[in-house]
Amino acid sequence: MTLVTTQAPVRFFLERFGLNERTLEQIVGGAIARRADYADLYFEFSTGQSLSLEDGIVKSANQHVSQGVGVRVVAGDKTGYAYSDEVSIDSLRLATRTAQAIAQESGETRAVAVHETQPSHDLYTLPRSPLEVQVADKVDLLNRIDIAARRHDPRIKNVMASISVEQKLVLIVGATGLVVGDVQPLVRLNVTCIADENGNRQQGTYGGGGRVDYQFFLEDERYLRFTRAAADQALRNLHAADAPAGTMTVVVGPGWPGVLLHEAIGHGLEGDFNRKKVSAFSELLGKPVASPLCTVVDDGTMANRRGSLNVDDEGTPTGRTVLIEKGILRGYLQDRLNARLMGMPLTGNGRRESFAHIPMPRMTNTFMLAGESTPDEIIRSVDRGLYAAYFGGGQVDITSGKFVFSASEAYLIEGGQITRPVKGATLIGNGPDVLKRISMVGNDLQLDEGIGTCGKDGQSVPVGVGLPTVRIDGLTVGGTQAG
Amino acid sequence: MKREEKNMSAQPLEEIAEILLGAAKRHGATAADVVVAEGDSLEVGVRFGEIEKLKQARQKHLGLRVLIGARSAVTSSADFSRESLEKLAEDSCALARVIAPDPFAGLPDPAELATQIPELDLYDPDVAAVTAERAIEWAKEAEHAALEADKRITNSEGAEVGASTDHVLYASSLGFRGDYRNSGVSLSVVPVASENGSMQRDFWYSSQRKLAQLEAPAAIGRKAAERTLRRLNARQVSTCEVPVIFDPEMASGLIRHLAGAVSGYALYKGTSFLIGKLGQRIAPESVTVIDDGTRRGGLGSKPFDGEGLPTRRTVVVDRGVLTNYLFDSYSARKLQSRSTGNAARSVGSAPGVAPTNLYLEAGSASPQEIIRSVPRGLYVTELIGFGVNPVTGDYSRGAVGQWIEHGEIAYPVEEITIAGNLLAMYDAIEVIGNDLNFRHSVVAPTIKIARMTVAGS
Repeated sequence: MTLVTTQAPVRFFLERFGLNERTLEQIVGGAIARRADYADLYFEFSTGQSLSLEDGIVKSANQHVSQGVGVRVVAGDKTGYAYSDEVSIDSLRLATRTAQAIAQESGETRAVAVHETQPSHDLYTLPRSPLEVQVADKVDLLNRIDIAARRHDPRIKNVMASISVEQKLVLIVGATGLVVGDVQPLVRLNVTCIADENGNRQQGTYGGGGRVDYQFFLEDERYLRFTRAAADQALRNLHAADAPAGTMTVVVGPGWPGVLLHEAIGHGLEGDFNRKKVSAFSELLGKPVASPLCTVVDDGTMANRRGSLNVDDEGTPTGRTVLIEKGILRGYLQDRLNARLMGMPLTGNGRRESFAHIPMPRMTNTFMLAGESTPDEIIRSVDRGLYAAYFGGGQVDITSGKFVFSASEAYLIEGGQITRPVKGATLIGNGPDVLKRISMVGNDLQLDEGIGTCGKDGQSVPVGVGLPTVRIDGLTVGGTQAG
Repeated sequence: MKREEKNMSAQPLEEIAEILLGAAKRHGATAADVVVAEGDSLEVGVRFGEIEKLKQARQKHLGLRVLIGARSAVTSSADFSRESLEKLAEDSCALARVIAPDPFAGLPDPAELATQIPELDLYDPDVAAVTAERAIEWAKEAEHAALEADKRITNSEGAEVGASTDHVLYASSLGFRGDYRNSGVSLSVVPVASENGSMQRDFWYSSQRKLAQLEAPAAIGRKAAERTLRRLNARQVSTCEVPVIFDPEMASGLIRHLAGAVSGYALYKGTSFLIGKLGQRIAPESVTVIDDGTRRGGLGSKPFDGEGLPTRRTVVVDRGVLTNYLFDSYSARKLQSRSTGNAARSVGSAPGVAPTNLYLEAGSASPQEIIRSVPRGLYVTELIGFGVNPVTGDYSRGAVGQWIEHGEIAYPVEEITIAGNLLAMYDAIEVIGNDLNFRHSVVAPTIKIARMTVAGS
């Protein structure tokens, strides 16, 4: 791969597209003309590569390069947006004119003096770009995963594993004169195992990654741990009983099950939904929305995490926002437009999938702080219930507040003991209500391994979640075994 | 606010494809194929009668797949400069050389390639001519109709109109060259209703290739309001086993799960609950499911598939019997079968299998008759979450809908799940509605399933 750059991102863009500070000032100054409140340019150059293994061989390789620029003009609550994958002064001028159509009345071009700033965080500078790792090394790692999974148990009949690496360079030029660049690496390893026992087939999936060096997968043989976790999940499901149906006490395990928070409250606290008052959490600021045991934060500043960013996609430094403090709703997640219209501070949560997308408030890494109980005490406290250890995905209707998340590894709790594994089932609850039913919070906070992708309004962005073990007194479990 | 024509490189798509195929050959590729796509899009959003969002773009991408013997790699880019195309071909070949040989890799059998490209009426110049002003007017009209429908419609997430056109070319070293144009226009409205301190939202939309076929904006708005209002004051029901009716939007999901399970890729990977079921009865005789890529003007129609093979009509389920799986050439070779012309190809990836226009044939019962046939049960209008296991068919999803008592809609329900297994659910299809409407590429009429577990309080 030769598209790796070690250049500072601002220089990289200016040189690649033949731009300079003066032209940026003209373009962004032109964009903010008329009755606009804000304007920005978002340049992106991203390169990604993925390799996948199935049937025992690494047989596919994909590589993409994408580049482009998005021009945004904001007037009141209106947004004009134009983007192009051709980056030139002409295409920038044309995009600016298009985006500007939103700010109806004509006005003078405003003078903007741009000044380059350094991101206030340095969360994921790596010794090398993930794109510099030899393809042969990655092929070798995938082959080792295949062998390890099949050796783990002869019932593992197929293994699908993939490694994706990406490096995204961005340059954000704002009408305040802000010029900030960032280099955003992202790697991900995924392992899926199919177990087969006399025609009974089951699947298990596990993985992880982050804004980390490729070495991450090799440290402490992490790739083997992922492989065994996927294989064990598939094997366990071979003998899982039907899941129960109905409302019961549910103990949710630590780590990735934090997807509960993401769906139950995270989306409902995004600024856009609250400004429009279409969220079940609208008007609840300062009010109790969870048990006093619960403190929930969104933190984009954690080193090397999948959901972290040095600056958000509007150039605002990311931060740590307390969403719920001891049960009381304290804050929303904001982008520029919604923070301005709501008269609230920026939180560094303005994110977008790419140059082809308009920014909006999004989560980064969302998790609940640890409590006092040991996980063992929590399990022992339940006479009959469900222990949900691992999840697939989730979804929420932010207006009614109803959310689901689907357990892919679950067990019955009987007489204070984890007993039999049960099949996966969807759990459903009401966002503003579910955290009030949390009666115990574990001392075992874990963040997920780096697998989350959040979709909203057609845009996907990488996120993180985290949770200690929690006990929820009454959640509806969607199995097939009634009574 | 007219859509401005941007003067992008006027280089014809075919010329770009020739350059890439030539460069790939020079760098050692023994076979190659190219997808080039360019498109224009316009998107407007209106909320409370005011424009909220206006987005316009023109994009152009290309994807190259090279084969060096049995080794392959796929690359994509948006940089069309001569040196960049050369570099892309070189990088692709270098990448392919480090990949393991796969004896099944390759282009399709040349004898199977499409020899003529049918005109399927997939492009409407009226869509290309849609201006931002007109789009904004339609969105305003649709949202207005929703807001006016009832005083309990108190808020709005707005209305959106999208209009897009694209031009796709596929070329391969087998000599195939084919291109076609698509158009698409859509309108959606999301009203919010409130009563007794609780809120609900729902939506309605129309999506078509032709402007003239788009549902009237005001009708879409009224339907969105009606769907939202009927959810107000929803409750949970207690856990039970009852008949479940899927409205056409939700029933299409059951057909989409079927499409996933008959894909050649899911079959050879072992991730389908329909492995080994070919030729077997999987549903009652009333169930016939057809994939037809040749429907004139169909939302999923294509004149040829992602490998240059003719699209066709394939009966997937014939009167309850699973008669065909869906293949592209790779998955067909893996399973000693033949491609069904279902290769789907996006610019940046190798071919995969996807349905074209897939539908469950209509029955004769009206939706009202189906509801009347249920003494106590659930009518599902929304499903959320991802609780479908493709390997086992185990199914468990969050549901919203209407509770049925004595054959009548009694009250709205929410915060419940429905669970079962897709094989058992297909087998338990008791009635199929007469309300099939091709508003999607994958569609079904109303379906009644004899029994499922509903979990609630």
